[in-house]
Amino acid sequence: MSRWVLAGLKTGIVTTGYPREEESAPGVTPGRPRGGEVADPAKIVARCPSGAISAAGGGVVIDRRRCVHCSACRGDLPWEETYEWATVAAAESGLGRPFRGSLHVLVVDAGSCGACLSEVRQLNNPYYNMHRLGFFITPTPRNADLMLVLGPVTAHMHRALRVAYAAMPGPKRVIAVGTCAASGGVFGPSFAAGSGAADAVPVDVVVPGCPPPPLAVLHGLLVAAGRKEGAG
Amino acid sequence: MEVERLAAALAERFGVKARVERDGGLTVPCSAADLAGVCETLFTAYDCAFAGLIVEERDGWTLRHLFYSERAIIRVVSRSDRPTFPSISARMHAADWHERAAEDLFGIAFSGHPRLGEFVLHEQWPEGTNPMRRGFDVRRPSPRPDAAAGWAPPRVLHAPGAFSMPIGPIFSGVEESVHFQLETVGEEIVRVIPRLFYNYRGVEAIARGRTIAAVLLLAERFTGTASFAHATAFSRAVEAACGVAVPVRAARLRAFIAELERLRHHTAAIHGICSSTGLAVAASQAAILEEELLRLSAGLTGHRYLFGLAVPGGLRRDLADDDCRRAAAEAGAIARRLEGLERSLARSSSFLDRLEQVGIVTADEARRYGLVGPVARASGIDRDLRVILPYGGYADLGLRVAREEEGDGYARLRVLFAEARESARLLTALADGLPDGSVSAPIQPRAGEGLGWVEAPGGAAVHWVRLDDDGAVAEWRILPPSFANWHGFHLAAEGFAFQDFPIILATFGLAAAENDR
Repeated sequence: MSRWVLAGLKTGIVTTGYPREEESAPGVTPGRPRGGEVADPAKIVARCPSGAISAAGGGVVIDRRRCVHCSACRGDLPWEETYEWATVAAAESGLGRPFRGSLHVLVVDAGSCGACLSEVRQLNNPYYNMHRLGFFITPTPRNADLMLVLGPVTAHMHRALRVAYAAMPGPKRVIAVGTCAASGGVFGPSFAAGSGAADAVPVDVVVPGCPPPPLAVLHGLLVAAGRKEGAG
Repeated sequence: MEVERLAAALAERFGVKARVERDGGLTVPCSAADLAGVCETLFTAYDCAFAGLIVEERDGWTLRHLFYSERAIIRVVSRSDRPTFPSISARMHAADWHERAAEDLFGIAFSGHPRLGEFVLHEQWPEGTNPMRRGFDVRRPSPRPDAAAGWAPPRVLHAPGAFSMPIGPIFSGVEESVHFQLETVGEEIVRVIPRLFYNYRGVEAIARGRTIAAVLLLAERFTGTASFAHATAFSRAVEAACGVAVPVRAARLRAFIAELERLRHHTAAIHGICSSTGLAVAASQAAILEEELLRLSAGLTGHRYLFGLAVPGGLRRDLADDDCRRAAAEAGAIARRLEGLERSLARSSSFLDRLEQVGIVTADEARRYGLVGPVARASGIDRDLRVILPYGGYADLGLRVAREEEGDGYARLRVLFAEARESARLLTALADGLPDGSVSAPIQPRAGEGLGWVEAPGGAAVHWVRLDDDGAVAEWRILPPSFANWHGFHLAAEGFAFQDFPIILATFGLAAAENDR
C-alpha cells in the first residue's frame, strides 16, 4: 500500500485558503447577477423565467431566494463572481461559544436534483476539506448539531425530514442549501414539492444558488457556527 | 435490421400495417390484443432496445411503446377509449416499471399485471390520485402527514432466522434519498426491495401549459448531474416538433459540452466507487480531478454543472474556438491523470477483491430488463445512442463504444474509465474541427409532437413533447436511463454479502433524482 501513501504525498496540498483568505481560482463559483440601475428594467424583468427579477425605482432588484442564475439576463446585468452568499434567516443564528470548535452536520436530500448534493460532497474533497475547520458529516441525526436541507421538500420527504430534525439534540441549527430549499425553486410549491425547508423545519441560515458552490455552503456553515457574518 | 424487413415480418405475423416514416423510423399501429405479441417480437426476436412507454390522454388514450435498433426508432401505437390496456410485462419484463408508473400516475388499469398499486406515489396519497390525468390541479398541496408511515414491503422472506434490514431514506453521509429493504438470513442478501420516488417533484405534471423556456428550466434541473444531456434531449424534442435543424456549429458544440459532462460524471462515479471501498487516497485523487473538471466547466461555460447553455434551436451563446481548444487540452491532461489512477487501482489487490466477481449482472438479465448505458455495456451490450441513432455532432467521429463481458463491479469500473478516456479524445477532435457559423436557429413554435434523444452519461435518455397551438408545452415525458437501471439494480445485489451492498450501489452510478422526476 506504500504506493498510495507516495501518491498522496506527491500530490501535495491543494486546499483553499478560505476563510483565512479570499479564494480567487477560476471556476469556484458560477457567479450571479447583481441588481441596480438599468436602462430598460421591463425588458429584463420579462426575460427572467424564474420570476426572480422585479423592477424598482429605475432599476431592478433580484430575489435571491428565487434566482437560479440561469444566465438569461447575462449581458443585461453585471455578473458578480462572489460566493459568500449565506444570509441569516432567524434572529438567533450562531450556536455560541461551545460550538465553535467542532460541529457535526447531517445532510438531508429533500428532493434535490443532485447538483446541490454534489457541491456539498465536494466539501470533503481535498480542495475544500471542511474537516480542517471542524465540520464533519454524520450519518445520524443523534450526533448532529447542524442540518443541511437540500431540495424543495417533496411531499414524500416531508415526514422523514421532520423526524430527523426532531431526533437532533439541541441546540441545533438548520441551513437551507440552494434555491429549492430557500423557496421551492423551479419546482415548488406544487402538489408534489413544497416551498422550501421552512415548510417543514425552522430555518436559521439560507444559502441561495442553483447550486450554491462549495465555498458558499462553507460560508453558510461558518455563519451558522457564528464564525462569519452573513451576507446583507 | 432494415425497417422494411421488420415491417414485413410484423405484417405477416400480426397483420399490422406498419408505416415507414420520413426519418427512417417505423410506426406500428397495433390493437390491444396484439400489443404484447408485437412488443415481444420486436424485443426478443429482433433484439430491438426498449426505450420506454409514453402515455397520452388525448381524445381517448394512446400508448406509445418506443423501441430502437440500428438507425431506426420504432413506435408501437395502441389506442383505447378507456384507460384499460392489457399488461405486456409478463412477456417483456422491461415494461414492468413503466406499467406500474403509468397505473399510478395516469390511473391506467393494465389487466394481468401481477403487482400494481403504490409505486411512484407513496401511501400518504388518497386512493385514486392520478397527477398526470387531465384536470388534476397541480397547484393544490398534497397531504403531508406527520403520522407514522404504514408502508411494508410487498412480500417478506419466510425462512428460519430471516430478517429484513431497512436503509434510508436518510442514510450514511451525503446521499440521495432512497429506501432499501434488504432481506437476509444472515450474511447474504436474498432480496433487495428498493423504494424510490422520495424526490418525486412531478415535473412532467407541472410542466403542462408552461412556456418552452419555463419547461427548459425543469428539463435542465430535475437531475443536476446530467443536466446538459437532458436539456439537450428536451431541446431536440422541441426542435423535432417545430421542424428546426440546429446549425452545424451548435450541434458540434453541444457534443463538445456533452462529452465534458460525461467526463465529469464518470470521474464522480469513479470517485464514488473508490470511496465506497474505503480507499481514501484513491478517492481523494478522483475527487481532485472531479473538482478540476467542475472548475474547468465553469471557466468555459459559466456554470459548474453546465446549466443555462442548451436551448431549443442551439445554444444560448457561442464559445470561442480557442477556449474550447484550451479546455480540451486541460481535460486531456486530467484524463491522463485518471489513467494513472486506473493503473494504480488495477494493481491494488485489496481494492479489486471488493469488485471482481461481485455484483454480477449477466448479459441475458441486462437484455431482459432493458438496462442501458455503462451498466449494460459492462454486461456485454454495447448499445450507445451516439452510434445507434447518431445525432447532432456525433457523425464521423469514429466513436469507440466501450464494452466488457463480465458484468461485475470491476467491469463497470473499467467501462467508466474507458468512456472517460474516449470522451477526452472526442473533446480534442471536436475542438480541433469546430465549423464556423451561428449557434442558434430561430424557433417558431407550432402545434405538434417531437422526440429527442441523447446518450446521457447514465445511458439512453429520451424526451417527448407535444406543443399546443400557442406554442406552449401541452405534454412532456422523460424516459431517463436511471429508471431502467434502478429496475435492474436488485439483480446485482442479490446473492452477495451485506458489506458489498454500498460498493455494488456505487458501481451502478444511479441517480435517484433522475429516476424520480
